[in-house]
Amino acid sequence: MIIKATRLTVAAALLGASTFGAFADGFTPENPECIAPANPGGGWDFTCRQVGKTLQDLGLLDKTMQVVNLAGGGGGVAYAEVVNKRADDNDLIVAASSATATRLAQGAYPGNTMDQVRWLASIGADYGVIAVAKDSDIADLPALLEMIKTDPRSVSVAGGSAVGGWDHLKVLIAANAYGIDDVRTVKYIAFDGGGEAVTQLLAGSVQAFTGDISEAKGFVDSGDIRVLAVLSPERLGGEFADFPTAKEQGVDAIGANWRGFYAPGEMSDEAYDAWVSKIADLYATPEWKEIMANNGMAPLDLQGAAFETFVSESVAQIQAISKDIGIIK
Amino acid sequence: MDTFMSLADGFAIALTWQNILLALLGCFLGTIMGALPGLGPSNGVAILIPLAFTLGLGATPSLILLTSVYYGAMYGGRISSILLNIPGDEPAMMTCLDGYPMAQKGMAGQALSLSGIASFVGAFFATWGLIFLAPQLVKIALLFGPAEYFALFALAFMTLGGVSSTNQAKSAFAAALGLGLAMIGVDTQTGVPRFTFGEVHLYDGLDFLVAIVGLFALSEVFIFLEHRHGDAEGTASKIKVGRLTPPLSMLKQTTPTMIRSTLLGFLAGVLPGAGASLGSFIAYSFEKRLVDKDGKTFGKGDPRGVAAPEAGNNAAAGGALVPMLALGVPGSGTTAVLLAVLLSLNITPGPLLFSQNPDVVWGLIAALFIANFMLLAMNIPMVGLFTRVLMVPPRILMPVVAMVSFVGIYGISGSSFDLLVMVGFGMLGWILRKFDVPLVPIILGTLLGNAMENNLRRAITIDNGNWLTLVDSPLSITLWLIAIVGFILPLIIGRKVKSKMHARRDEEGSLAD
Repeated sequence: MIIKATRLTVAAALLGASTFGAFADGFTPENPECIAPANPGGGWDFTCRQVGKTLQDLGLLDKTMQVVNLAGGGGGVAYAEVVNKRADDNDLIVAASSATATRLAQGAYPGNTMDQVRWLASIGADYGVIAVAKDSDIADLPALLEMIKTDPRSVSVAGGSAVGGWDHLKVLIAANAYGIDDVRTVKYIAFDGGGEAVTQLLAGSVQAFTGDISEAKGFVDSGDIRVLAVLSPERLGGEFADFPTAKEQGVDAIGANWRGFYAPGEMSDEAYDAWVSKIADLYATPEWKEIMANNGMAPLDLQGAAFETFVSESVAQIQAISKDIGIIK
Repeated sequence: MDTFMSLADGFAIALTWQNILLALLGCFLGTIMGALPGLGPSNGVAILIPLAFTLGLGATPSLILLTSVYYGAMYGGRISSILLNIPGDEPAMMTCLDGYPMAQKGMAGQALSLSGIASFVGAFFATWGLIFLAPQLVKIALLFGPAEYFALFALAFMTLGGVSSTNQAKSAFAAALGLGLAMIGVDTQTGVPRFTFGEVHLYDGLDFLVAIVGLFALSEVFIFLEHRHGDAEGTASKIKVGRLTPPLSMLKQTTPTMIRSTLLGFLAGVLPGAGASLGSFIAYSFEKRLVDKDGKTFGKGDPRGVAAPEAGNNAAAGGALVPMLALGVPGSGTTAVLLAVLLSLNITPGPLLFSQNPDVVWGLIAALFIANFMLLAMNIPMVGLFTRVLMVPPRILMPVVAMVSFVGIYGISGSSFDLLVMVGFGMLGWILRKFDVPLVPIILGTLLGNAMENNLRRAITIDNGNWLTLVDSPLSITLWLIAIVGFILPLIIGRKVKSKMHARRDEEGSLAD
């Protein structure tokens, strides 16, 4: 009862604060809308729906946020729509993730760049893992990377994204950090999704797996695979605490598949600030922490200018690696 | 015993009001689609895909709806075969041979109910076959690496032409066209866009649902526009249905026929690329050779000649689900369409399906049983209703098909670009039909093309460019052997079988299609 009461107080306080905040900013969205640049069911769709629902449940939004699925071109169709047709829409936010940054970096949204929109905030991250089958001889991350360094042909790494996609880049970031200069030699095999990649790891077709911690978790629980390293700045909490980070093994590599939002490029400063503070308020609630825990998301708390810098840095990093492996010129 | 536990779980999933209603709806619509000449199971399922997506159904309910349509169409095909001597769909062709003569003798009602029972027997036991055979196939799943998958896909393509097509070269052309269409989009192995012409809508490749609805449903509308007049109009009313229950002696006489035909049909269905038409043909000719050596009764209204093809084609429909669910390789045209549905629901059929989505698999299987009983109930007492559906003129039906296609596809993606692509595919389908090019290999090509290419390149990359890796394991060698035999055999015997199939149709009376 006490806990419940405290929660209510917190919620009420937040509600009060946010209403006050909205008045202070002088902006409340009339018809809040979130574009999920993919079909229902995927990560972007989840981002829109979960945030929309929670914002309303907590009273941070007084209207239902309408979710529009605008699939195509790996998010490119939605990006072009926002840039070309809805650039001054103050009621609109769009779900994004590292995949968005990767595609922007590689020029996969023809004619679009990251500075055509305003980056709002992150709502969490899914950190990368590098894993091997449970009976593998490879003891830790440096051992794996050493094998790749001496004979790159001996190790095939499987992942669920396309070549040049995020799962691939994570291995390359780690390889780069270990001192492998020509990352093109790293043998990466692209599968259709993490599940298929893990299956091939178990079948022995490949020697290592790169993916997100949420993809790997089920197979770790069943004892089929062993995580060599998680690519987070420090050890994660809870049930993930046993996984060593790459950093503590001397490989300074961080790979986070973040989720967040961008807004149209000509959104007014008032509206931008209001959306940023709404998402910041949301992030701070225990309700959101619980949703993150249930969905295997780790903390990544960046808003406004800080988030904008984060995205632009990761775009630059991806661009550099993509040039190295010859995906872009 | 595990199987029965899983099946019980499946019933728990399937027996919700929503799912039962969907199964009922699917059975009803499927029977109508099957009964209407021109609309077969592939078109039927293709037309209803948009409906499933527009309703926002989850994976299991969508599949329950669409497989009920599939099973329903297999039942429905016989109605117009018997009453009008026009097969409602291709697999029901053989049912005309003895069904229509029975109807002429005033035994239409008995022929309809007997064939309904035969359909039930075929489908019911084939579903049991599915339950026991599919998990066995799954057990060898971990033996499948990229090289083996490539061999498996090659097998699907090489056996595709098979007996079911008139012209191997045309199927090969269609498959190549499908493979070519699959290449559109960003290549996952290098990240390079191919054939996209800078058009961002094409980066994800062509949506195969759009292709399917265009090729199957819209081209049907175009064909109608071209001909303008329906030949099925009003004819059904001329025939008296008569007594609706077959006498016990007739059931007794046909029981062994049904059992034999079910077995043959199921085996024909499991083979990739053969499908239900072959199932009903094999069942009919085998039965004829066995019980009517002098050719005295078959073709003149022998009840066994009605029971055999119906049990055969429904059993084949169940059998075709085995390779689709267990290996991700469709056993027939309609299962290719169902495979597309699974993929767009984010479910990858294949060895992992049984462990990762047991609720989908077992829910589906349980729904098949339920649908079967519903269909039996619908197809015997209510058969009069369906005969009336045959009187719906195409000028009303076809606009409905067009409307459902457009609204449905727009509902899935909300993109007007997809509508243009769909119209493009409709025209392509219309042209290809004029040239008698089969449409199913195109779909199979677009569906499996990427997976086939990726697995080839994965296999080669893993083995550092060594092409011999493709024939490196006993499993892949076996698959290649089956593929080669499956490709060559129909060239030799296929022509014979096919010409017999047609010859028999011609000699048994003119079919007005």
